Amino acid sequence: MLHIINKSPLTNTSLESCLSVAQGGEILLIEDAVYAATSGNAFESKILEAMKRFKVYVLQPDLEARGLADRAIAGILPVDYGGFVDLAANNQNCQSWL
Amino acid sequence: MSDIKKFMFVNRKAPHGTVYALESLEVVLITAAFDQDVSLVFMDDGVYQLKKGQQTKGIETKNFSPAYRALEGYDIEKLYVDKESMEARGLSEEDLLVDVTVLSRTEMGELMEQQDAVLSY
Repeated sequence: MLHIINKSPLTNTSLESCLSVAQGGEILLIEDAVYAATSGNAFESKILEAMKRFKVYVLQPDLEARGLADRAIAGILPVDYGGFVDLAANNQNCQSWL
Repeated sequence: MSDIKKFMFVNRKAPHGTVYALESLEVVLITAAFDQDVSLVFMDDGVYQLKKGQQTKGIETKNFSPAYRALEGYDIEKLYVDKESMEARGLSEEDLLVDVTVLSRTEMGELMEQQDAVLSY
């Protein structure tokens, strides 16, 4: 299962809910959820913990738009729009945690 | 002029993900055109609006972040950032596009009390 998150972890609970419910699989952080992929963010420890159970990806153009391309947490995998499509196609199911 | 009022704009949303940040900026510029006393506050995810190095080419939207640098030219020089919000996001003053005054929550609250109008974005 691919879990897609698009909200900042510090102002919305969608990532937190996803992490507490989902059993495993892949997580793609897009739009304002890319803030969760940045080092120094208060959510960092939770993401590092989640990386033991999930493969975590971040949409690179969204990271660049927010001026944080150089702050991505090591081990989070950057993808472009083509990579987004591949993730969606390679997973049997997708869930967007809006 | 005697009818100058103190307007405070409270920005609490990240840029790009929603239109709030850009809308706020546009209203701020309109307010400044009427020679009002304008203060801008950035707290919670609103601090991200001021992050240096934003490059929106990849998401094909307008990069309005350089406009924060132009505010000075409209005599908008009162920019305040909430310390707690900035630190929770791993950011420091050096990461920001413009010179700001960093305030504690208590100081922010006091400043809010002094306003004639507070607009929230």
